[in-house]
Amino acid sequence: MTEDGTQITEIRKRIAFNRLRDHIFWIAGLLSTLVGLLLLFTLMIDLFTDGASRLSYKFFTSFPSRFPNEAGILSAWVGSFLVLFVTALAAIPLGVAAGIYLEEYAKKNIITDIIEINIANLAGVPSIVYGLLALGLFVYFFKFGESILTAGLTLALLILPMVIMATREAIKAIPNSIREASYALGATKWQTVQHHIIPYSTGGILTGIIIGLSRAIGETAPIITVGALTFIAFLPTSPFTSEFPFISFKWLLDPFTVMPIQMFNWVSRPQPQFHVNAAAAGIVLLVMTLLMNAFAIYIRYKFRKRIKW
Amino acid sequence: MFRKIVLFACMVTVLAMSFSLPATAEQKLIKIDGSSTVYPITEAVAEEFQKAKKGSVKVTVGISGTGGGFKKFCRGEIDISDASRPILKKEMDACKEKGIEYIELPVAYDGLAVMVNPKNAWVKSLTVADLKKMWEPAAQGKVTRWNQIRPEWPDVPLKLYGPGADSGTFDYFTEAINGKSKASRGDFTASEDDNVLVQGIAGDKGATGYFGLAYYEENKDKLKVVPIVNPATNKEITPSLQTVMDGTYAPLSRPLFIYVNKKAAASKPEVKKFVDYYLKNAAMLTKQVKYVPLPAKAYKLTEERFGKMKTGSMFGGEEKIGMKIEELLKLEEKK
Repeated sequence: MTEDGTQITEIRKRIAFNRLRDHIFWIAGLLSTLVGLLLLFTLMIDLFTDGASRLSYKFFTSFPSRFPNEAGILSAWVGSFLVLFVTALAAIPLGVAAGIYLEEYAKKNIITDIIEINIANLAGVPSIVYGLLALGLFVYFFKFGESILTAGLTLALLILPMVIMATREAIKAIPNSIREASYALGATKWQTVQHHIIPYSTGGILTGIIIGLSRAIGETAPIITVGALTFIAFLPTSPFTSEFPFISFKWLLDPFTVMPIQMFNWVSRPQPQFHVNAAAAGIVLLVMTLLMNAFAIYIRYKFRKRIKW
Repeated sequence: MFRKIVLFACMVTVLAMSFSLPATAEQKLIKIDGSSTVYPITEAVAEEFQKAKKGSVKVTVGISGTGGGFKKFCRGEIDISDASRPILKKEMDACKEKGIEYIELPVAYDGLAVMVNPKNAWVKSLTVADLKKMWEPAAQGKVTRWNQIRPEWPDVPLKLYGPGADSGTFDYFTEAINGKSKASRGDFTASEDDNVLVQGIAGDKGATGYFGLAYYEENKDKLKVVPIVNPATNKEITPSLQTVMDGTYAPLSRPLFIYVNKKAAASKPEVKKFVDYYLKNAAMLTKQVKYVPLPAKAYKLTEERFGKMKTGSMFGGEEKIGMKIEELLKLEEKK
């Protein structure tokens, strides 16, 4: 009888101890999460108190200037937008095609393994290395010059591994039964990919692409290496012309600047008013990134709802 | 839907490539790069020039440092190079190899200000010898307290701040103080970002450092500027617009230059117009961005020099300390 009693208290003790441990981890986890959130929050509050006063319509429509109150981010945000556009055009088809090939077509052998390992490694290469590669390849070898095209392609290289990995993860999530059903009905590999694999993985792929792009928008190092300029008080050539064929691609070879570089330049100036400008540009960049991430989440949610298997 | 997007994207990319590559745009573009010290002046000129031309000419200004600017200049990638020191021998050779002729035009003066913390009550002035004791290569790890400079100064740790080794400011200061360009002790806090230097000196009682006068002008409330004894006259001189311009603040005043590609100036009318505009408005704009303009006479001589498209350097590939631009230009005239 007494032995049973001690056993029960023993078990109860253990349960209490385990519960305590559970609680401790719960608190530690919560604190760790809060540290990250708090940092982001402090950063945002700091940026907003510094820069919010400068945010106005004029700030978006003015060129940089030596007078801090007249300076704006027009050439910077247009530059960022165009560079990102080129990046998306180059990285999406290449990345998605490579991802589909590796998942659906490539035979599982040593060469595929090597390719896979290398893609995973590429994702971890510091961005400045891509900048140096692009300087040699695009600027000097292909003679694209220090242009929007060069910058866009450089960033495309940078996010390519991310797009490939996102594509593969999205495709991996599709149950094999879908493929088997498709083949059973006599579909070819491409028909299966076209009608099933791509539509079902679109959500995941788009999420990966947008997260890649939101990383690209903040990149500074590789863009400096390929020759982004500091003072640009004009816009690239308009892509629309009044003459046939109404579309011009001259802007691809125009010199450019982007948001992070404009910020960097303002931060390194002596006048404190320019630091306010830098904070304001920081807010714009942060909001752009957050919006892109929010869009990614929305897309994922929408596509997930549509697919039922 | 997604398929169409991908298809469209591919098409646009291919189109873009084929359309844009052969057509290197025939637009009026002036490319400038180089020193971060000269940048504010060139930026001001570029801003005003583009306004005056109502956007018909595009001007880009980059910051690659004086050395980086010359590299691009001698490869023929840019029309104008900003420089905070005269062109060096090896850069002259590089330009010669590519057949690039240049016109050297002084555009402003800059003073290097030596700064201490506002709480520093003991330093009233510094001589070149004092500065050398602090900054010479032999001082590394040995001279670490203020009383090692002058015995009457307190036993406070000496903390040094200065620009990094890629900067023309560093080149000039080491030449003027230590007698040899780039010869400096290595154990100081170096930063290409002058704001870091300002913060460092403002936050430490025993700190001292040097950078361009314009930075001091914007941070007067945080720093104390030290008068430097002019070795020629033995007078303590505080750097200011006046003392830099009349040459009494020596040896830490230096001229700033732009180098213009002769071929660009001759064949591209917009480049010539830009340089003319630069020299005409330099006096007003340099003051506005807190630099020191050359005397009116010197600008006139510079304009003549550009008008005649006189190539080559007045300095023969070396740094020269305490040279008056006006005298140099006149010497050149007589040749």
